[in-house]
Amino acid sequence: MKIWYKGWRPALVLILLFIVWEVSCRLFEIPKWLLPSPSQIWLEGAAGWSNYHHHLTSTIGLTILGFLIGASVGIAVAVGLHLIPKLREAIYPIIILSQNIPIIVLAPLLVIWFGFGILPKVIVITLVCFFPITVAALDGFRQTSSELMHYMKMAGATKKQIFWKLEWPYALPSIFSGLKISATYSVMGAVISEWLGAKEGIGVYMTLASSSFRTDRVFVAIFLIMILSLVFFALIVSMERMIVKWKPKGDGKRRD
Amino acid sequence: MTKLLIENISKSFGENQVLDQLSLRVEEAEFVSILGPSGSGKSTLFQLIGGLFAPDFGEIRLDGKRINGETGSISYTPQSPSLLPWRTVLGNILLGGEIVGEIDQALALKMIDKAGLKGYENAYPYELSGGMKQRVAFIRSLLSPQSLICLDEPFSALDEFTRLEMQNWLLSVWEEDKRAILLVTHNIEEALYLSDRVIVLSEKPTQVKKEFIVPFPRPRQASILLSEEFLSWKKKIYNELRVIM
Ligand SMILES: Nc1ncnc2c1ncn2[C@@H]1O[C@H](COP(=O)(O)OP(=O)(O)O)[C@@H](O)[C@H]1O
Ligand SMILES: [Mg+2]
Repeated sequence: MKIWYKGWRPALVLILLFIVWEVSCRLFEIPKWLLPSPSQIWLEGAAGWSNYHHHLTSTIGLTILGFLIGASVGIAVAVGLHLIPKLREAIYPIIILSQNIPIIVLAPLLVIWFGFGILPKVIVITLVCFFPITVAALDGFRQTSSELMHYMKMAGATKKQIFWKLEWPYALPSIFSGLKISATYSVMGAVISEWLGAKEGIGVYMTLASSSFRTDRVFVAIFLIMILSLVFFALIVSMERMIVKWKPKGDGKRRD
Repeated sequence: MTKLLIENISKSFGENQVLDQLSLRVEEAEFVSILGPSGSGKSTLFQLIGGLFAPDFGEIRLDGKRINGETGSISYTPQSPSLLPWRTVLGNILLGGEIVGEIDQALALKMIDKAGLKGYENAYPYELSGGMKQRVAFIRSLLSPQSLICLDEPFSALDEFTRLEMQNWLLSVWEEDKRAILLVTHNIEEALYLSDRVIVLSEKPTQVKKEFIVPFPRPRQASILLSEEFLSWKKKIYNELRVIM
C-alpha cells in the first residue's frame, strides 16, 4: 500500500524520537513518576491490558455514537443552510461564533443542565464534530461547477434533482474531508466528555492514573487516544475510497 | 412547420447589451448553423432558449408555444462536455432522459455501440479522451426526449482528425433521426458541411446579419469539402464575416 510506502519518513522520525527519549531517561535517571521511558510505557501497556480494556471499549462506543450523531447533525445543518440561503445568512455567523466557546467551559454547564448521563457527553462530541463537517459540506455545495449547474437547469431538472444528482455527489469529497477531521476530533471529544464524570472510559483511566502519579499509565492513555484517532481516520479514508471512485488514481486532479 | 421561432429578442447584462432585436427561425428537421464572432452572444442565445434566464424583450416560441424563461424544452450540449464525473458513460448518457423520467437503457447501449464507445459503458469521464467525452455528451443530447437539439461549439476543442470523424458521425446519426438542430460554431467549413442553412451574426449588440441557404445535397459526401463550389461558398461567407471582424 502506498500509505505504508510513503509513511517511512515520519516513522523514522518517530523511532528516532523514541530512541532519544529512552536514552535520556536512562542516562539522566529520570524517575518513573516524572517521565517514564518508552519501554516502561510499553510494558505497562502490555501488562495492564486487563486494567484498561473495558475503559477502551467504553470510549470506542462513546466515540462512535457521538461521531455518528455529530456527523448527521453536521450534514443536516449544512444541507438545511444550503437549501435555504436566508437561513444560511442568519445562522452561519452564529455557528462560527459558537466555535469560539471553549468546550472546557461549556462542559460543566452541560452537566448542570443534563446531569451525568450519556446526553451531555454526546452533546460535547457533537459540538466538536459537527463544525468541520458543516463548513466542508457547505463549501462543497457552493463550489458546484456552474457549467454542470447550467446543464442540469437547461435540461429541466427540478431543485430536488439538482440537489441529489449534482450538488450532493459534487460535495461528497469535501464532506469526506470534514468527516476525516471530525473523526479524529471525536476521540478527543469523547475523552473530554468522560472527564465530566463517567464510570469508565480512557478519560476516567487517565484521571485515575494522574491522581495516583502513575505517569506511565497517563502515557498509555495518550497513546491509546492517538491510536484510536488514527484508526478512525483510516476507517473514513477507506470508506471514501469505496464511495468516491470517480477520481483518477494517484493524484486528485481531473484530467481534461 | 416551424420548430423554433425567435422574435425580436433583446438581452442586456447591466450596461452590456448583448442581443438587440434578434430574430431567427428553425424549421422541423432542419439543421441550422450560427456563425458569429466570439463574444457576440451565441452562448447567451442558447441559454435564453434553454430558459436559464428570460430575454428582456421579445419572444421565444417552440412548436408555437411561448417558452421565455422555461427550462427543459431543449436538448442542449454545452461548450464543454459537462459530464458528471461520478457517473459512468452509461449513467451520463441516461441523465437527460432521467431528468424527465424516461429511461431507455437498451437504446443507450445501442448508441454507445454506434459511437464506437463499446466497452466503455462503465468507464468514468476521467478515463476518456476529449473526443470520446464529446461523443458521450452528444449521445446524451440525442437520447434526451426534447425535439430541438442545441449544440454550442461542440467540435471546437477537438483536433482536425477527430473533428471530421465526429462531424461525419453526427451527420450519420442525424440522417436516421431527423430532429431540428441548431449549431453554434466559428468554423465556416463546418457550418457549410453540416447545415441546411447558415446564419451569420453581427457584432455586439447582435442581430442576424445574413443568411445563406446551403445547396449541397444530402447525405453529404466528404468529397464536397474539396470542390470548387464549396470553396466559393466559403469565400462568400468569409467575406461576410470579415466585414464584421
Ligand atoms: N451571466 C452573464 N453575466 C454577465 N455577462 C454575461 C453573462 N453571460 C454572458 N455575458 C456577456 O455576454 C457577452 C456574450 O457572451 P457569450 O454569449 O458567451 O458569447 P459567445 O458565446 O458568442 O462567445 C459577453 O460580453 C459576456 O461578457
Ligand atoms: Mg460561447
